[in-house]
Amino acid sequence: MTTWPILSVTTFLPLVGALIVYLSRGDDEAAKRNSRWIALWTTIITFAVSVILVMRFDPANADFQFVEKSAWLATGITYHMGVDGISLPLVILTTAIMPFCIIASWKAITNRVREYMMAFLILETLMIGTFSALDLVLFYLFFEGGLIPMFLIIGVWGGPRRVYASFKFFLYTLLGSVLMLLAIMALYWNGGTTDIPALMHTAVPRSLQTWAWLAFFASFAVKMPMWPVHTWLPDAHVEAPTAGSVVLAAILLKMGGYGFLRFSLPMFPLASHDFAPLVFTMSAIAIIYTSLVALMQEDMKKLIAYSSVAHMGFVTMGIFAGTMQGVAGGVFQMISHGIVSGALFLCVGIVYDRMHTREIAAYGGLVNRMPLYALTFMVFTMANVGLPGTSGFVGEFMTLLGTFKVSIPTAFFATFGVILSAAYALWLYRKVVFGALVKPTLMSMKDLTLRECVTLFPLIALTILFGVYPKPVLDMSAASVQQLVNNYNTAVTAVKAAALLQ
Amino acid sequence: MSITTAGYQLAPVLPELVLALGAMALLMLGAYRGQGTTGTVTTLAVLLLIVVGVLEYTLPAGKQVTFGGSFIVDDFARFMKILALVGSAVTLVLSTEFLSDPSRRIFEYPILVLLSTLGMMVLISAGDLITLYLGLELMSLALYVVAASNRDNAKSTEAGLKYFVLGALSSGMLLYGSSLVYGFTGTVSFTGIAAAATAANVGLVFGLVFLLAGLCFKVSAVPFHMWTPDVYEGAPTPVTAFFASAPKVAALAVFTRVTLTAFPGIVSQWQQILVFVAIASMALGSFAAIGQSNIKRLMAYSSIGHMGFALVGLASGTVEGAQGVLMYIVIYVAMTLGSFSVILAMKRNGQAVEQISDFAGLSRTNPLLAFMFMLLLFSLAGIPPLAGFFAKWYVFVAAIKANLFTLAVIGVLSSVVGAYYYLAIVKTMYFDEPAGQIDPMRTEVKTVLAVAGLFTILFALFAGPLVNVASAAAKSLF
Repeated sequence: MTTWPILSVTTFLPLVGALIVYLSRGDDEAAKRNSRWIALWTTIITFAVSVILVMRFDPANADFQFVEKSAWLATGITYHMGVDGISLPLVILTTAIMPFCIIASWKAITNRVREYMMAFLILETLMIGTFSALDLVLFYLFFEGGLIPMFLIIGVWGGPRRVYASFKFFLYTLLGSVLMLLAIMALYWNGGTTDIPALMHTAVPRSLQTWAWLAFFASFAVKMPMWPVHTWLPDAHVEAPTAGSVVLAAILLKMGGYGFLRFSLPMFPLASHDFAPLVFTMSAIAIIYTSLVALMQEDMKKLIAYSSVAHMGFVTMGIFAGTMQGVAGGVFQMISHGIVSGALFLCVGIVYDRMHTREIAAYGGLVNRMPLYALTFMVFTMANVGLPGTSGFVGEFMTLLGTFKVSIPTAFFATFGVILSAAYALWLYRKVVFGALVKPTLMSMKDLTLRECVTLFPLIALTILFGVYPKPVLDMSAASVQQLVNNYNTAVTAVKAAALLQ
Repeated sequence: MSITTAGYQLAPVLPELVLALGAMALLMLGAYRGQGTTGTVTTLAVLLLIVVGVLEYTLPAGKQVTFGGSFIVDDFARFMKILALVGSAVTLVLSTEFLSDPSRRIFEYPILVLLSTLGMMVLISAGDLITLYLGLELMSLALYVVAASNRDNAKSTEAGLKYFVLGALSSGMLLYGSSLVYGFTGTVSFTGIAAAATAANVGLVFGLVFLLAGLCFKVSAVPFHMWTPDVYEGAPTPVTAFFASAPKVAALAVFTRVTLTAFPGIVSQWQQILVFVAIASMALGSFAAIGQSNIKRLMAYSSIGHMGFALVGLASGTVEGAQGVLMYIVIYVAMTLGSFSVILAMKRNGQAVEQISDFAGLSRTNPLLAFMFMLLLFSLAGIPPLAGFFAKWYVFVAAIKANLFTLAVIGVLSSVVGAYYYLAIVKTMYFDEPAGQIDPMRTEVKTVLAVAGLFTILFALFAGPLVNVASAAAKSLF
């Protein structure tokens, strides 16, 4: 059907854009403007190309589509790309969020604009590649390569403690990932290939499953991040520039969840089943503990960062429930959280650009000066809380539903997270937006500019659309999720039956 | 072509002959025409190395043996020799500035590099312990002198002397080991040793340990690494670049050949030694580098660590392991030469600066240089998609296949520790405020840096053919 490598084009278009930005030399205002526009157009064109992916995607087909394969390294390691119903939504999320990141950086970033735009475009290529790689080595290449631009984004354009935050981010993630690398090697010798679809159909011995699962878990749990290895996230979020936080929350965190769905469940079903209680416990602790921590935060970004950890707890819980609702809910929650948390960071960025502080105590009564902003912020706060009618509700509800069938205690404790999230999110909203406008510095605040409206209003539309009509996302992933859940349950029941016979 | 002498074929040693005769001719040129010819001699030496490389490349494929089995030319030898020749040639190119200073016009320098390279080629092709020693000493003696080539500098002289004394000690150990091996097997040829070696032969194992100790010294693996930081820091920077590249290739090549062809029957005996040496080198290389403030000292610890990683491949004792060593050393040489060309480019008002703090804000004062160095550093740290990642992939994949899980886990963890100090340099270049302008780069330094940088970035694209060549070379050892 397709005659041109549409997936590779989507993946590498931003890289081409980065090269064009690189070639546009100069350091004056005109050059800065040029690199901004080039970056914006690149991300928009990339998004347009990825829309073609959606239009040509066959949701009834559970297999990988748009598959491209060509020789690369030695035997068994190939350049293999493709997407299915689980990865395509994440690819679209990436391409859709990136233009907003560029627009959000339009005024906020004034020094080294060219390098900044290049870092973001290279990061986009690596993120899309992570979601569409169908070879483990290729996946690792994209997955780890993303560390370099993100390290620079935090370190060069970040806040006062940027050095600490960037090192912590880099080393934490690297530490988790190198263990996964060894597991990839073990899988390579076990199956003779690093081809992901082939490995999904390769039997992995029980002992190797356990170790490989743990190694992959080390990487994805850090990336996700799960309690107790989440501590890099608040630091990274606080120090990163606004667009960096958006990418981090909206897309980079999803790589962990994607990894669980793509590798842990299909390749190591038995180990996943064995370790599910561990994941449930960690998720439940994450949901309650980080929500409580969020209640105590004085920095807006830190609060949202902790709430991200809590929301990712729902995702891991849903995925390892291994039920149709749980896994589909996990995928949906990832998309929803990508939109909502990205938007929340944009909201924080808007007041930060005006006041240059993220202290909650420095604000109050913004509704008097910024009614439009108050409305926008409210929609995303409600979505973060999981109010019915917003996309946040659908994901949380489905993951809870899916988990309830498997582990009632986990679902029980996780539900507290919904209440707590209402507590911290509403508290934040009240402190920042409501109350009397007494602080003199806030008197001159201006409401949203046209540029800011352009970044936020589409996200509002999506949040509410997916809240009342989640079908597009759920339909896109349904067939792949169904196949994943079926294979997982078949493998688990087969072992249980064998155990009963003995 | 069939040239023979005393009944032995000379065709396989043709490149070595050309190199030796060429070096002699250049020596005559320099000796009769005086120090003014340094520039000419250097240029001719580079050309000579290129010619020798081409000759080596055009030798008939397959395994050729001459001098009664003492001299072996196989795919492995060809691969390593060409790499060593490239390393030497690039170093000479990088040395032109150092040699152009009126006080340092020493025409002996390029000739010593040529002779050292000749030693490396003999070493790589060695088929018995005598040839091994011959090549090793030819290589090392030239290196000792080159280390002290900055004659008026106390540090350089100290480096040369230190290197000489410790090198002599290691040669002694190697000789002692060789004599034990000879005594307990009755032969010096690798094939003969392989046939006679058994684990029950304690004297042989004893000799093996001494032999490996001598070789560990040459690759600067822990616990025989002490000379490395001092020599790297004291020697003139182009010489350090040389030490870090070509001799490492030769030493690692002979290490691989001795362990895999002379002692294939007693793998478990030397495997445990190599596992220890690899772990110790990786760990020390990573941890000790953290506290360094001089970039050349840091590169010394970095090279200790990298040799540890390369030995991980060798420790597995398999074809995959040998292939891993080959891939590692190719990528390592490219990254090292690139990094040293950056260090050579770091000059303020004609004075070389070597402190890491001197790199502060380089991304603003010289963005391209900083960008290239950043890529090289990330590559040295083993971050994909850069070349350094593939180097680590091939050695660890061999270790995993050989079930050396502890080694692999410790290895990857120390690579994370190692990433810290590479990141610290990136931080200095990118996050800190500029420390001042640096002088414009010379063309040859720029060229080397560009080639090394492009190799590092684009490696992922053209890795396939190189993997196949390395695989064929590794198979020729078995």
